[in-house]
Amino acid sequence: MQSQLPLYPEQASNFAPHVDSLMLFIIAVCLFFAVGITIAVVFLFFKYQRKTAGEIGVPIHGDMRLEISWIVIPFFLLMAMFGWGASIYIDYRHTPSGTLDIYVVGKQWMWRLQQPDGRREINELHVPVNRNIRLVMASEDVIHDFYVPAFRVKMDVVPGHYNTMWFRPTKPGRYHFFCSQYCGTSHAIMGGWVTVMEQDEYAAWLAGTSGTSDPVALGAKLYNELACSTCHQPDGKGRGPSYNGVYGAKVKLADGSTILADDAYIRESILQPTAKIVAGYQPVMPSFQGLVSEEQILALTAYIKAQKDEPVPGKPGAGEPATGKK
Amino acid sequence: MSGTTNPGGENQLPREHYLNATYGIRSWLLTTDHKRIALLYLASVTFFFFIGGIFATLIRIHLLTPAGYLVTPETYNKLFTMHGVAMIFFFLIPSIPAVLGNFLIPIMIGAKDLAFPKINLLSWYIYLVGGSFVLYSFATGGLDTGWTFYTPLSSIYSNSAVTPAVIGIFINGFSSILTGLNFLVTVHTMRAPGMTWFRLPLFVWAHYATSLIMILGTPVVAITLLLAGLERMFHLGFFNPAMGGDPILFQHLFWFYSHPAVYIMILPAMGVISEIIPTFARKPIFGYSFIAASSIGIAVIGFIVWAHHMFVTGQATYAAIAFSFLSYLVAIPSAVKVFNWTSTLYKGANSFETPMLYALGFIGLFLIGGLTGLFLACLGTDIHIHDTYFVVAHFHYIMVGGAVMGYVGGLHFWWPKMTGRLYPEFLARIAAVTLFVGFNLTFFPQFVLGYLGSPRRYHSYPPEFQVLNVLSTAGASILALGYLLPMVYLVWSMRYGKVAGANPWPSTGLEWKVASPPITENFHETPVVDWEPYDFVHRPDLGLSGSKLPPGKLAPAHGDD
Repeated sequence: MQSQLPLYPEQASNFAPHVDSLMLFIIAVCLFFAVGITIAVVFLFFKYQRKTAGEIGVPIHGDMRLEISWIVIPFFLLMAMFGWGASIYIDYRHTPSGTLDIYVVGKQWMWRLQQPDGRREINELHVPVNRNIRLVMASEDVIHDFYVPAFRVKMDVVPGHYNTMWFRPTKPGRYHFFCSQYCGTSHAIMGGWVTVMEQDEYAAWLAGTSGTSDPVALGAKLYNELACSTCHQPDGKGRGPSYNGVYGAKVKLADGSTILADDAYIRESILQPTAKIVAGYQPVMPSFQGLVSEEQILALTAYIKAQKDEPVPGKPGAGEPATGKK
Repeated sequence: MSGTTNPGGENQLPREHYLNATYGIRSWLLTTDHKRIALLYLASVTFFFFIGGIFATLIRIHLLTPAGYLVTPETYNKLFTMHGVAMIFFFLIPSIPAVLGNFLIPIMIGAKDLAFPKINLLSWYIYLVGGSFVLYSFATGGLDTGWTFYTPLSSIYSNSAVTPAVIGIFINGFSSILTGLNFLVTVHTMRAPGMTWFRLPLFVWAHYATSLIMILGTPVVAITLLLAGLERMFHLGFFNPAMGGDPILFQHLFWFYSHPAVYIMILPAMGVISEIIPTFARKPIFGYSFIAASSIGIAVIGFIVWAHHMFVTGQATYAAIAFSFLSYLVAIPSAVKVFNWTSTLYKGANSFETPMLYALGFIGLFLIGGLTGLFLACLGTDIHIHDTYFVVAHFHYIMVGGAVMGYVGGLHFWWPKMTGRLYPEFLARIAAVTLFVGFNLTFFPQFVLGYLGSPRRYHSYPPEFQVLNVLSTAGASILALGYLLPMVYLVWSMRYGKVAGANPWPSTGLEWKVASPPITENFHETPVVDWEPYDFVHRPDLGLSGSKLPPGKLAPAHGDD
């Protein structure tokens, strides 16, 4: 978030204060022993330093009272940590009723998150503040892990298992989430942001009326958020055709026919991308059915329409084989 | 066995010893002398340490900038995987047992060799074969699964050379098993007259406990990795849910060995420290029987804590609670050792030659490493710091700060015995301090990184974590210097070092009664042990006079513990 060095992560969930207090308790115990033993070692070492070359130490073989006390006292301290930790864990594993359920699917290397009303997001999660949220998580391939440091919670996302995790966000804001179980090449970028919103803002966001009202600007935002930009690059060198100059033009398709790029064609291309493939490109685009609302499709269309007057890049010509694509 | 001087005189090596008994490459490659095999291991584990060290260096350079400075994500993933595999399976696990244990255990208990000298040589060859498979994997595509080989990433999805690596580690397991077996049989059957169980050096006790783990644990990891390999090669469904398997099963099997394996790495180092401290404090170790029993305790409890690596896999809440409880129990024997080492300094005649610096450094680093384990054994805090840099820092404190400090300290302590010569003391002290400082600077910032939520195994990271990463890299460069120095002066000393004599420190163990370097058979005649371990008072042969005790108040020769 900011690039200066933070001292502790933000506390933004019901668990965070508890985990932090327990951390402080263990740190205190550890400091006591670490400092105590270090002082003892340094003090004893120098106090009983060898004075003459042939000197030997006093033969002391041990002391039963000491042995028992340094077994028993640490034992009780350890049990305090254990008990405190277990109570937090039991709370964290025991989901209360009446949660807002979010369905989370991890796959190499992205997160798909779905709101209860079916609205889907990629690498973004919007949740209301002060509501108990439950994540129901599944993996499509390897083991991932959904980790929100500001909430102090994480849970593995295991193929073949449904794992659940709950938390109650306590502070509006944007917080990093990470994949924290190593999952292959792009593990490090398999993350995103949790946006904690006030409850009414969340409701507005769910209804799709939040934010900007200019459809072109909204479309431009979606173009980046939905990662259209990774394939549909303006210079036409991506895996999908450029939007430049497309709207209202005749587009040559892979089967040799041509079609007018109008609103209906664009809508169909977003929802059923494989229905009509532009000549020179492969049918690799996933369907966005359920991922975008009708309103968002309109915004995307408006954005594509706005690129009408941009220079049309050189693209793989109609009928020519595509180059550099598998 | 003539006291503290070598038969050849004060300033030259003995006329005949294990190094000059025979010559030629065959005399080394076909040797059954445990001391020569120890040196063969020394060369091979140093080689793997070097390889692992190069990977570590590249990792630290790469992490200088948030976006990653040096290599592609794929290469980065391979670097940390290969760093882990080389260091854990081919350096840390064999280092102290196969080098120092091999060299010292027979001499410490008064035997001429291990129980099965040929099997000892076989262990080394098995290690080489296993190592070759792993090097082949590194050279042909590398390995990007993480050293933990979690399925189904390793068994299905990885595009790297997993199969040869898995085969290599499987093969290498037998080397470990045979070494452990050899040690156990040797300690049981070949102790010299008078060398009772409670006169055994604590180094031997530590290796006894280590051997138990090697024998009982290694077969499990070998089979587990083989199953992952079979799933990969022949698509037999063990762990892949798409074929009816369960990826969590792999983790249970893997950690059933790999957690105890941590104790394979640290217990021998604790054994080394238990030898060094009484030698330089010149007094019996405090609580001998508690230290010996704690080694066995760690080995036994260490077998039932494995699922603390899996608190966030979705395992049953009650299972997690049980494993957290047991993990806290295993902290106690480790703490007992630290308390006893510290108490040994009380009323000692302490001096800080290089091995003692390593021992004190070990206590400091192991203390931090052990105490930070309490955060990870704790269910409430583990859900936050699990799989972050906190874990990386914790286990490097145990493995590098503990095991490697123990190993390097032990090398310095017994170097005069192994080579007959002393290293330059001043340089060695500088290296020890450099290692300690460099180590802390490298790994302490990673605790903070982890608490702030920086996940491990990331080739790029959010910019707010850069300061701590740069500190860590700076520390690593100091650390590297601390490792290079001993490599140089130890090799130099083999030829030019001052002649050490049989017992330069002096110390009380049987190994210090034989010449340096020892003859091939170790002893001219079987020794009879009639003294208690670490007893300086009743040992006129050590040439020490000035007891701190007033005359007439000597402790009984046979201590009551």
